[in-house]
Amino acid sequence: GNERRKGASRAEEGESQTRPERIDRGRRKRTRSHQDTKGSEGDEEVQPKIQSGRAAKTRKHTKNEKTRKKEEEEKAEKGEGKERHGKRKKTSASKKEREEVGGKHTMKEKAQEVKRKNIIQQMNCIHNSLSSEELEKLKEAVDERKKLIQALRGKPWPIKKKCVILRESQEFVEKYEGALGKGKGRKLYAYKVLMSKALMGRPYGTIPRKTVPRAEATSAMDFAVLWDFGVSCIITLTLTTSCFLQWPFHATFRKMCFQGYAQYSVLFYGYYNNQRAVGWLKFRMPLSYFLVGVGTVAYSYMVVIRTMARNANESGVGDDNSFNFNWRMFTSWDYLIGNPETADNKFASITTSFKEAILEEQESQKDDNIHLTRFLRVLANFLVLCCLAGSGYLIYFVVRRSQKFALDGLENHTWWERNEVNMVMSLLGMFCPMLFDVISALENYHPRVALQWQLGRIFALFLGNLYTFIIALMDEINLKREEENIIKFNITVWEASLFNGTVSVNSTAPPVTIEPADVPRGPCWETMVGQEFVRLIISDTMTTYITLLIGDFLRAVLVRFLNYCWCWDLEAGFPSYSEFDVSGNVLGLIFNQGMIWMGAFYAPCLPALNVLRLHVSMYLQCWAVMCCNVPQERVFKASGSNNFYMAMLLVILFLSTLPAIYTIVTIPPSFDCGPFSGKQRMFDVIQETLESDFPAWFGKVFSYASNPGLVLPFMLLMVLAIYYLQSTSKSYKEANMELKKKLQTVVQNMFPPLVQQSCFNVYF
Amino acid sequence: MGNKQTIFTAEQLDAYQDCTYFTRKEILRLFDRYRDLAPQLVPLDYTGQPDVKLPYELIGSMPELKDNPFRQRIAEVFSEDGEGNMTLDDFLDMFSVLSEMAPRDLKAYYAFKIYDFNNDDFICQSDLVKTLNKLTRNELTEDEVRMVCEKVIDEADLDNDGRLSLEDFQHMIVRAPDFLSTFHIRI
Repeated sequence: GNERRKGASRAEEGESQTRPERIDRGRRKRTRSHQDTKGSEGDEEVQPKIQSGRAAKTRKHTKNEKTRKKEEEEKAEKGEGKERHGKRKKTSASKKEREEVGGKHTMKEKAQEVKRKNIIQQMNCIHNSLSSEELEKLKEAVDERKKLIQALRGKPWPIKKKCVILRESQEFVEKYEGALGKGKGRKLYAYKVLMSKALMGRPYGTIPRKTVPRAEATSAMDFAVLWDFGVSCIITLTLTTSCFLQWPFHATFRKMCFQGYAQYSVLFYGYYNNQRAVGWLKFRMPLSYFLVGVGTVAYSYMVVIRTMARNANESGVGDDNSFNFNWRMFTSWDYLIGNPETADNKFASITTSFKEAILEEQESQKDDNIHLTRFLRVLANFLVLCCLAGSGYLIYFVVRRSQKFALDGLENHTWWERNEVNMVMSLLGMFCPMLFDVISALENYHPRVALQWQLGRIFALFLGNLYTFIIALMDEINLKREEENIIKFNITVWEASLFNGTVSVNSTAPPVTIEPADVPRGPCWETMVGQEFVRLIISDTMTTYITLLIGDFLRAVLVRFLNYCWCWDLEAGFPSYSEFDVSGNVLGLIFNQGMIWMGAFYAPCLPALNVLRLHVSMYLQCWAVMCCNVPQERVFKASGSNNFYMAMLLVILFLSTLPAIYTIVTIPPSFDCGPFSGKQRMFDVIQETLESDFPAWFGKVFSYASNPGLVLPFMLLMVLAIYYLQSTSKSYKEANMELKKKLQTVVQNMFPPLVQQSCFNVYF
Repeated sequence: MGNKQTIFTAEQLDAYQDCTYFTRKEILRLFDRYRDLAPQLVPLDYTGQPDVKLPYELIGSMPELKDNPFRQRIAEVFSEDGEGNMTLDDFLDMFSVLSEMAPRDLKAYYAFKIYDFNNDDFICQSDLVKTLNKLTRNELTEDEVRMVCEKVIDEADLDNDGRLSLEDFQHMIVRAPDFLSTFHIRI
């Protein structure tokens, strides 16, 4: 390879020195001047570019015998695609000629004009003389050249060679597109090239980039599962637009209480009026609220599943262990590393990873003491279950207690007692995973399997906690509904008393104007639910930040400064700097998103709050990572494919939206707050819309479509479709494996190594 | 686009844009980086295509490369003379292939060349030993090194000749999930 390149560069040196003369005369003129300086050899320049056999015909018209013979000789020797060698020989030969001719510029220019006219004549000759079939072939050759120009970047050749080929191909294309009568072809081509350059240039080249790469670039990529951010943004956008659409009409909303103003703000469900159509746009507010809620959930589902499908396509085989050692050897070094400390860490982690791989390889042969391992694993699982049960009970107990506190009146209790539930949940979420980590030391699994178990357990913990919380919330909702009934009863009594008090004469009673602000308000269980979720998320956020500051920052400060006066090396031994836990952080994001999905129906501006929170979190954690963390020593991906976390997100989406859907369907809305007040069920709003806003036949069609007799067979059909698709996908996978094996054996047996190599050269 | 620069002619810049994955701005920025390595050697006017080569020591001391255990091989593969002394063309070529826009196949081709220490178009046992020692800074024992290299050849060698050809290597590397993200230098 090197010798070839050396030879080429030497020959090209000769050529490169001719460039300054030609360059300032533009591309087209370059051709002519090139021919010009070569003198009589000028015509031949054009000919080598025609690749196919019918080139002989063209040559007949424009050349003499001697030069044609030379052409054919060269062609015979080198075959297609090698004309540039011939050209280079000629260039070096004609170099001397050119030097002699250097001084006679003006005469040259005149000669140029003549040559130009000759060439145009030649073009016309070519055009007229070729048959249509040959024109076709010429067109093909031109197209091929164009494709070559487009694909030039991806070719594994040195730039010099590429430049030469580029110039040749461009000249060829230009010239013969002209000959083919496509005068515009050149402009179109130039336009296309310009467009592709412009499009390529847009994201790059304008933003200055740091030259020294970030130390934690690899783990930062995983942490870039902050795509959540994008989804949150969209959900926020939808909700805020629907909010702002009815903003001017807030004059109709009910009593404003300055104490707990936020309770009545747009943040919560209770803010929204139940007026059916608002303003001159006749904006259907309750319907919009409902549809936006349902729509955001549907959109989230779509996004998650689409991402999963895309990931599945890309990874192809998925979790493949067949090239374990190869990948460790050839893809473990990160070329982005530009920092000696990071490099040291990386060397250490690569060494560790190789040692582990070797150990695994050796251990997969031996097989010791299965019974002890099994017993320990069962024990570990039992302990974990105990933990989970314990944490579930603790939360339930705490929620009950807080209900008692609420009945006593919240002012009598300390801050801790008031926010007990949220603090307990956050603390559990912080300490239990560490406990699980310790317990998993008993199990002696492969690190990747251990990581999967760990993630699964944290998942179960989170779900258990959340569902306990929701069950406790249900109790509170029921309490509020009872309260509501009492208040409704009281209102009727009070209104009756008002009327009785003012009217003495029965018939012409002035209508009693009741100030809306004076009407006693019912408790709004939906707002309460929304509030609870907001409080939960805020306390979660605070816990995370405080953990970050204390657990990471304070620890780093202590380790750094106490190290001077401590007996053992704090940095190497305990406690050392905290590691950046990729999987933990990703899980945190996923759970956060789950809580948002759960609460979004009752607190519409929750996604907006979350976007803000994610912004702040990102910058804070970015700083913390750079300042206080060291990279993980062993980075084990939980799974080969990226779909592990996506699958988790999907499950969380399903489980989070379940409670909201349950409440929508079963619990009747509050009688005097929110967009659905007064209705029997929240989804009645759809019924209402169908009846009043759509033509009658639409309602009929809908009622037929929602007939159980139609819905059930449809669901059955979908289940069958799923079964069918799954079985075909399994059979495809098996076929894939068979083909892979076949390919291996075919390659091994049929082709000798040399031919294989040349196959790949042709491919390039 | 503006023709304010006088380092290259418009044709040269266009040609570079067509031959690499860089835009005009990036090419000029790379030229500045190249020149910063040795301002007294590199002229400001490249329209005449001066034949300037920077010695390997300067290239290997760039912040993007100085911590890379394979920097010498990278420079050798992309340099014209095979010794690591790079012209501007080589420099651009190198960073173009290692940029994020280069496709997998192109990167695989050059990766193969980089790991082929003896330039015989095959990655043989000795190449693997050298690679591994560079990766682990000689921390593994000889036995361990031997075992790993044997496993590597076992896994990827399709034509059973005891060494990895370009095809074996490509077949293996296109399935690697991390290849594109690790074989990437940002400049």
